Amino acid sequence: MRIKIKKPSDLTDNDVTDESIYKNRRQVLRSLGYVGASALLAPHAKAFNWFSDDDEPAFKRRPLTYQSDKNDPQTITPEDKATSYNNFYEFGTDKSDPVENAQSFNVNPWTLKVDGLVNKPFSIDFDNLFTRFPLQERIYRLRCVEAWSMVIPWIGFPLAQLIKQADPQGSAKYVAFQTLRDPKQMPGQRNRFVGGGIDYPYVEGLRLDEAMHDLTLLTVGLYGKSLPPQNGAPVRLVVPWKYGFKSIKSIVRISLVEQQPPTTWNTLAPHEYGFYANVNPTVDHPRWSQASERRITTGGLLARNRIATQMFNGYEEVASLYAGMDLRRLY
Amino acid sequence: MVWIRLTNRRVIALKSLIHIIAGLWLVQTFYAAISDQLAGDPVEILLHFTGIGALNLLLLSLSLTPLAKWQRQGSWIALRRLTGLWSFTYALCHFLVFILFELQLEWQLVASEIIQRPYITVGFSALLILTALAITSISVLRRRMGRSWQKLHNTVYIAVLLIMLHFTWSLKTLELQILIYAIITGTLLWFRRNKLAGFLIKK
Ligand code: HEM
Repeated sequence: MRIKIKKPSDLTDNDVTDESIYKNRRQVLRSLGYVGASALLAPHAKAFNWFSDDDEPAFKRRPLTYQSDKNDPQTITPEDKATSYNNFYEFGTDKSDPVENAQSFNVNPWTLKVDGLVNKPFSIDFDNLFTRFPLQERIYRLRCVEAWSMVIPWIGFPLAQLIKQADPQGSAKYVAFQTLRDPKQMPGQRNRFVGGGIDYPYVEGLRLDEAMHDLTLLTVGLYGKSLPPQNGAPVRLVVPWKYGFKSIKSIVRISLVEQQPPTTWNTLAPHEYGFYANVNPTVDHPRWSQASERRITTGGLLARNRIATQMFNGYEEVASLYAGMDLRRLY
Repeated sequence: MVWIRLTNRRVIALKSLIHIIAGLWLVQTFYAAISDQLAGDPVEILLHFTGIGALNLLLLSLSLTPLAKWQRQGSWIALRRLTGLWSFTYALCHFLVFILFELQLEWQLVASEIIQRPYITVGFSALLILTALAITSISVLRRRMGRSWQKLHNTVYIAVLLIMLHFTWSLKTLELQILIYAIITGTLLWFRRNKLAGFLIKK
């Protein structure tokens, strides 16, 4: 059986400002018959999961106002893929677990604390997350350490703006991030087996100059609306030149510190996951190659989507941050 | 306690049922993947589906001899060959998904991954064993091979251990699922301990 798949790039339109366009794009695909006929046979992958219950109501996302990212020619990953295929071990280790287990996650009220070596520590509450700084859209490539990638329109503000408000002290060299710890709401934190044996809360860190780089985005939304829980609601980090696990989700605390802070995956398996975790096609993961990746967009199984991985995920402008460093050793 | 009396007709019915379930499930999942109906990454979903499917079918196949003994009904053994062959089919699809859709026929990468990545090497070794068993399950060959057939087919226990190693190694962290599989595998090997001991000593 041969099914002709249109190259995803043929369907690109650059103006990705609101959800209706994503919906439209799927409609286009449907009407072209790529998706249509098969829907009868397999309405949803869940058809294979005998134990799933479908009655959990979907999490409510709010529409956002933001400055859109107009001039990006990349093919965007469909929204339903970006929001149903997630690594978020707090809600289970399978990629379909977060979307299934997180829909009743309560994010309001929320407090994000900014503290540590700063002159003006402060907290941001839920509503403030969306209003304190002007929101902008950034279409970024997300490269997972597992050698797949997506292109996602995030909405947020540069982390630098937030750090500047806190007025860092001279001794601050690193920024430490912490995810919510709430075993009542997060099954992976209740049970070691559900959460993959990770010591929670999940923690991450950046060097201060990395955190202050304009590409580093504190993110509150995607695809025109606030984040769903599986993608890290209500606020997460996005560092597009590093492997995805650096982009910590559901953040409750950002602290400026003097020493390099511990980070979750590095602590768990130091020879597999480094502190820096810059996307680097020349340094393989011990168990698989990082030289290329599969870009997940549309097209299903037959899409030829293996592409070469770029140094710093193609964000060359960060190279100067690492001048003189041996990135093979400091992976 | 005998569950059901396995008459010839019931054996045929059970065989047909296994063919239908294993076959339709495989076809339906691949069809959904090709037509982009699976949420997320179709390649990874297929890798997991075929990997787990192959393992489930292999464990089912290995549980039939203990079951036949316990039930005092030799006819259960009649299902062993077809579950084993379906396990091989799923494993072959698993391998094909890996080279066709994961690595997308980048042959250099295929070769280096099989040689350099221990968990892939181990999976590949298991597949080689399953392939040998599948080919020699043809009746003519079986008769020709005589006693060495049984010796060869005892290596299925090596295959199952290799697959468990491959499975464990493929995970990023500890998961409940792998512990359940380890317990099932351990139990099956325990049932067959006398035979395995003999097998090891003779070698
Ligand atoms: C050349 C042979 C093989 C290759 C290249 C291969 C490749 C892979 C890869 C890449 C994964 C990881 C999938 C992921 O986590 O994304 C995997 C997982 C797995 N493989 Fe294999 N494999 C091979 C042989 C086998 C055989 C013969 C079996 C069983 C009969 C098997 C059973 C499994 C299982 C159960 C998993 C775990 C799936 C899961 O985590 O849900 N593999 N294999």
